[in-house]
Amino acid sequence: MNMMIKAYRRKLDVANGRVDLSHGAGGRAMGQLIEGIFYKAFDNDWLRAGNDQSAFSVPGGRMVMTTDGYVVSPLFFPGGNIGTLSVHGTINDIAMAGAVPLYLSASFIIEEGFPFADLERIAQSMGAASREAGMPIITGDTKVVERGKADGVFISTAGVGLVPDGLDLRSDAARPGDAVIISGSIGDHGVAVMSKRENLEFDTDIVSDSAALHGLVADMVAAGGAHIRLMRDPTRGGIAATLNEIASQSRVGFRIDEDKIPLKPQVAAACEFLGLDPLNVANEGKLVAVVAPESADAVLAAMRAHPLGSEAALVGHVVADDNCFVQMTTSCGGRIVDWLSGEQLPRIC
Amino acid sequence: MLPDNMAKVTLDGVSKIVSTALIDDVRPGDYLVLHVGYALAKINPEEAERTLALIRQAAAMGDAG
Amino acid sequence: MKYIDEYRDGRLAKEIARQIAALADPARAYYFMEFCGGHTHAISRYGLEDLLPANVRMIHGPGCPVCVLPIGRIDAAIALAMRPKITLCTYGDLMRVPGSNGSSLLKAKAAGADIRMVYSTLDALRIAEAELEREVVFFAIGFETTTPPTALALKAAIAKGLGNFSIFCNHVLTPAAIQNILESPDVRKLGTIKIDGFVGPAHVSTVIGTEPYEFFAGKFQKPVVVAGFEPLDVIQAILMLVRQVNDGRHEVENQYIRAVTALGNEKAQAEVANFFELRESFEWRGLGEVPYGALRLRPQYVAYDAEKRFSMVTPAAKDNPACECGAILRGVKKPADCKLFGTVCTSDTPIGSCMVSAEGACAAHWTYGRFRKKARQVDVGRAVA
Repeated sequence: MNMMIKAYRRKLDVANGRVDLSHGAGGRAMGQLIEGIFYKAFDNDWLRAGNDQSAFSVPGGRMVMTTDGYVVSPLFFPGGNIGTLSVHGTINDIAMAGAVPLYLSASFIIEEGFPFADLERIAQSMGAASREAGMPIITGDTKVVERGKADGVFISTAGVGLVPDGLDLRSDAARPGDAVIISGSIGDHGVAVMSKRENLEFDTDIVSDSAALHGLVADMVAAGGAHIRLMRDPTRGGIAATLNEIASQSRVGFRIDEDKIPLKPQVAAACEFLGLDPLNVANEGKLVAVVAPESADAVLAAMRAHPLGSEAALVGHVVADDNCFVQMTTSCGGRIVDWLSGEQLPRIC
Repeated sequence: MLPDNMAKVTLDGVSKIVSTALIDDVRPGDYLVLHVGYALAKINPEEAERTLALIRQAAAMGDAG
Repeated sequence: MKYIDEYRDGRLAKEIARQIAALADPARAYYFMEFCGGHTHAISRYGLEDLLPANVRMIHGPGCPVCVLPIGRIDAAIALAMRPKITLCTYGDLMRVPGSNGSSLLKAKAAGADIRMVYSTLDALRIAEAELEREVVFFAIGFETTTPPTALALKAAIAKGLGNFSIFCNHVLTPAAIQNILESPDVRKLGTIKIDGFVGPAHVSTVIGTEPYEFFAGKFQKPVVVAGFEPLDVIQAILMLVRQVNDGRHEVENQYIRAVTALGNEKAQAEVANFFELRESFEWRGLGEVPYGALRLRPQYVAYDAEKRFSMVTPAAKDNPACECGAILRGVKKPADCKLFGTVCTSDTPIGSCMVSAEGACAAHWTYGRFRKKARQVDVGRAVA
């Protein structure tokens, strides 16, 4: 975003205009788009400096870096849009290391014909989300591709954060006896997005749980410190995929209790309609924490005291298991919770 | 109830439009068995209660045994 | 969720299981087949097998429409979908079903075929109306539950004069398959079949009623209990089957009486009869040729029959010879008895039909029941001792 705009030009018609190929061509039109939509929405000195990169001082200690791509369809869904999702998702990837988020980047691949108004709405909500989290978007990029080469807009981000001293969360750190805590009700995001998908359309007041979890994580770290073994945000593939991932990386098994997993009745009902298992449905504002047993109560109490963890629940424990199975006690007996195979599709029978 | 043999069905705050073309006499408040977007049958509330009563009765015997 | 949550009460299920254990004769074993994939799913999903005494065993039957669709039909659909101007609409379950040489509809879609997942036949009809320049083919599969919706879509297409809509019909029939399991000469080849009774389908029976089961309950002297899809429904049906076996009865009983009548949904049956007729024989993946086991469009609707309209050919295609799906579908073998199970054949890389759909016997065992294998062997050993 190295555009310094001086000459007078017709104002960007945000209300009615559309992105065309000139907005990605590196000329004045591109500068106008960046100035008129992104600078305005993200609004910070780094961007206004107009460099190809942004400089910041590195604090001492360990840093984390993450990158993520966003291609959600539909772009706007109850409780958020691709923009809020990209900010929250990147912050959460940073936060799952126990880290404090510092800076974000955002790169936009826009399909020719995409309305300025939608782009502005997305950018505005990204700006708001990043300000709320105290993690400014300090550099970015814009590309425009021909119609049909993208689906409206794709966003890719990167983020950096700082890990507090003494904290070293690792995916292979789960040990038998550790407690498994989920920060709140599962499946809200997936159901909210699916409710707007073509052919699946159904009405529900469920909204996406999209949220930045670094504040919750900070409270957990204060309460549990190094007794927090690891954290994950169960996005695509849901809780089932996350627990299986941890199990295979830590070479352990899980034993969880279905009755203890927080689940909204509307999400349960939507899954009933569609023949889906809520354990496979995506979340965007929840985390799974594996915590040493001696600190489980303290971490759980800290989570419940935070607005994003008020429904947090201890759902089970890590067990020794060479097969790395995630076992779940059901109301009647028990079963294995497996990864989802292929894409999650409604069953017909 | 909607035109063209369609109806809105609701379950715990989630609603969906389904076809009722395969069953007769659907009335608001009926409970339906759904499959691939169609209602296949109505739930008979008396029989549903009777089944539950039978289940509870069997369960009570299991408890005693 | 009314009429759902009440039937998922684990405490009641456990008490009924205790009743089953009290009634089951310890001197014998009871083998019951749940024909329908929906029941297989419920049994696995809620862990009902954990509740049953070791001498009451469930055999997972062939009632999963995706699983019994022969490879040749998938190959034919893929070949059709690759033709220009064709839009193939299908239920999501079919997308991953393996055809020959590792092909699938999902891969054909990636290779450029216009294949769309639909939730209902109405969606396929809408696509045909909206895109008149495309030939929209609905890949119709399923048992008696999905056939009436196909019939209604066809009826609507005719009423609207939609010339670009047609049906690739693969609808199959439950009673024919149950009879095939009980009397096929293959059974002798595969081993002695030991089925003491059937848990009859839930949704299928809402359409066909309980009456069609009377014939083979009498002829083969096997009790049938039609049951709902919730865990309490299934466990109550098992209790009813144990009672019948103990009493030496072989009746058709209806546990799912809240939705199933003796004659079923006659309106749906009439719609089906208007548009479909029996096929003399149809291949079921795993079972082989099943006489009168499937439906096709009546000759007067040839214009809507994709097989005729596009001169589709169903190539002969063979399953992996090591695959035990045939024996598993008949209840002669268990998923874990198959050499391919869990080695090359997993839910991510299904080889045989039983692994393909979440409701197939192997997929259900892979997804939910694998960990039970060792524990179960110990249980059975104890029961025998």
